[in-house]
Amino acid sequence: MLKVEHLTKMFGGLAAVNDVSVEFEAGKINAIIGPNGAGKSTFFNLISGLHQPTSGRILLDGVDVTHMPSDKVARLGVGRTFQTTNLFEQASVLDNLIVGHRLRTRSGLWDVLINSQRLQREEKAARDKAMEALDFVGLTHVAGEFIADITQEERKRVAFALALATDPKIVLLDEPAAGVNPEETQGFAELMRKMVDNGLTVCLIEHKMDMIMSLADKIMVLDHGEKIAEGTPEEVRNNPVVIEAYLGGEDDAAA
Amino acid sequence: MLFKLGRFLMTPGAKLALLVFALAFPLLAANEYQVYVMASAFVWAIAVYGLNVITGYCGQLNLAHGGFFAFGAYALGLLTADWGWSFWPALVAALVVSAVLGFLVGIVSLRLKEHYFAIFTLCVGFIMYLLIDKWEELTHGPVGVRDIAAPYGFGLVDFTETTPFYYLVLAFLVFTIWFMGRLSRSLLGRTFVAIRNGDELAQSLGINLMRNKVLAFVLSTIFAGLAGALYAGMVRFIGPEDANILHTFDMITYLLVGGIGTLMGPLLGTVGIVWVTQSLQFMEEYRMILFGPLLVVLVIFFPRGIAGQFLSWMHQKARTLVPAKKAKASKVETRESGEAKTHA
Repeated sequence: MLKVEHLTKMFGGLAAVNDVSVEFEAGKINAIIGPNGAGKSTFFNLISGLHQPTSGRILLDGVDVTHMPSDKVARLGVGRTFQTTNLFEQASVLDNLIVGHRLRTRSGLWDVLINSQRLQREEKAARDKAMEALDFVGLTHVAGEFIADITQEERKRVAFALALATDPKIVLLDEPAAGVNPEETQGFAELMRKMVDNGLTVCLIEHKMDMIMSLADKIMVLDHGEKIAEGTPEEVRNNPVVIEAYLGGEDDAAA
Repeated sequence: MLFKLGRFLMTPGAKLALLVFALAFPLLAANEYQVYVMASAFVWAIAVYGLNVITGYCGQLNLAHGGFFAFGAYALGLLTADWGWSFWPALVAALVVSAVLGFLVGIVSLRLKEHYFAIFTLCVGFIMYLLIDKWEELTHGPVGVRDIAAPYGFGLVDFTETTPFYYLVLAFLVFTIWFMGRLSRSLLGRTFVAIRNGDELAQSLGINLMRNKVLAFVLSTIFAGLAGALYAGMVRFIGPEDANILHTFDMITYLLVGGIGTLMGPLLGTVGIVWVTQSLQFMEEYRMILFGPLLVVLVIFFPRGIAGQFLSWMHQKARTLVPAKKAKASKVETRESGEAKTHA
C-alpha cells in the first residue's frame, strides 16, 4: 500500500527524519509512536507532500509520489488530519465539509457564471459526500450547527469527516485522540476500526499507549528521526530498545 | 419580532426590496448631489466586492487594491481621452488590462504568505502610484487626465447626466452582487474559503493553492478595474491621487465595517460609511473625532462587521427559538452548563 524507502528530511543540519524505511499494509491500522520531537509529524508531512524529502522514496500503490505536490498526493488517495484543524467557525458543519470532495470535481469559473449542469451535479455530489462522511463519523445531528458551537470531540470528528470526504485510500491521523477524555478516546478507536472495516488503511500518530496497544496492527517507533523498532504491539512492547528509549518506566502503566 | 424581521432580511424578498429602493432612490433624493453621492458609493462598493474575493473569501490581505482601481480608471481615461476610443471598448480593454496585470502581480506576490504578502502588495500599490505619477509621457503625471468619455448611450440616454449614470452603475452593482452570490455558494467559493482556513489543510484536501489564489486575485483585480473605469467615466477627470494608498485602506474599512467574507457586507459597509461621512461633512476635518471612536466601537463589538454580526445573531436566535429543534437545544444547554462549570 504505502512503501517508504530510506526517507530523510534535513532541516538545516538537523535530520528530522533519518533514513526511515517502512511498509504499511492495506486494510491495517498502523501506528507511529515516539517521544516529542521524534519526527512523527514531519514523517506525515513528507508522505502527504507538504514537505519535500531530502532523499529517499515514497511509493503509494507502486506509484512514486516522492516529489509530488500535496494536492496531487491527496487526489491519489491520501487523506489526513492535523493536530489542530482550522475550520470556518461561523459556518455550519455541513458547509465546512462540502469542500472536502472538491478534489473529485472539475467545475471552474465558467461553470459558476453559467450555473452549468456540471456544477449543479458536482455540488450535489459534494453535498451528498459530506453527509455520507458526517454519517460515518456519527455527527448527522449537528450538521446544521456552527463549528463554533460544537464540542472539542465533535470538532475532531468533523476533521475526520473532512478527510473522509476526499475519498481517500489511506488516512493519516495526527494525534486523533489528543485532548479528549478516555470515554471519547474509546469512541475514536471504534471509529478507526470502522474505517478499516470499510476498506481504508489507517496510519496514526498517537501518544495514548493503552489505546495504541489494543488498536494497532503494526507499530513503528521513531526516536530522534530514526526508526528504532517496528512490529506488532507485543513485539514493540517487549523490545528492549523501545523500553530504553521511550517507554522506560512507563512500560507497566502501558501494559 | 426582531427575529421575524431578521428572517425576512435573509429572504430574496429583502434583496428585491433593496433593489426597488435603489431604483426609486433618484426620485426620493432631495437633490442631484445625493444621487451622485449614491452612484459613487456604488462604484466603490463594486471595488470592495472585488477586495472581498481575495481578502474576505480567500483570506489574503491585498493592499494593492487601490492601485488596480486606479489602473482601471487610467486605462479607460487614457484610451478615451488620448487614443480616441469610445467608452465601451475602452471599458472592455480596462478589464483586460486589470486581469492581465492581476495575473502577473498574482503569480509573483502569491508566492508569499500572510503578512509578507500584505507588505509586498503594499509596495506594489505604491509602485502603481509612482508609475502613474512619474510616467508623464503616458499618464500626464500630476496634471491628470481630462476629457474622459462618458459612456456612450447609443442616442437613447445621456450618461453625462447624473441619474442615467446612477442607473448604469446600479446595473453593474446588481451584476456584481449576483455574481458574488453565485460564487460564494459554489464549489469554487468554498475552495477559496478552504484556503482562508489554512494553506496546509486546503492542500491536504487536494486544492491547488497557487491556481486558486491567482484566480481569486485576478477576479478581485477585474472588479477593481471595473470600478475604476466606471469612476473615470463618472468624474471624467482623474489624477495620481486616485492611486493613493489611502483608498485601499478606505476600502478595507468599508469591508470590515460591513462584514468581511459576507455577501451583503461590502454594500452595507460602503454605502453606510459614505453616507455617514457625507452627513458629517459640516464638521470638516473634525469629523474624524467622531468617526474614529465610532470605528473603534464597531470593531470591538462587531468584529465580524454588520452583516457578519447579523448572521451570527440570527443563527443563535434560530437555535433557541425554533421549537422543532427543542431536543437539540436542550442538549446544547447541558453542554453549555457543563462548559460553564469547567470555566468556574
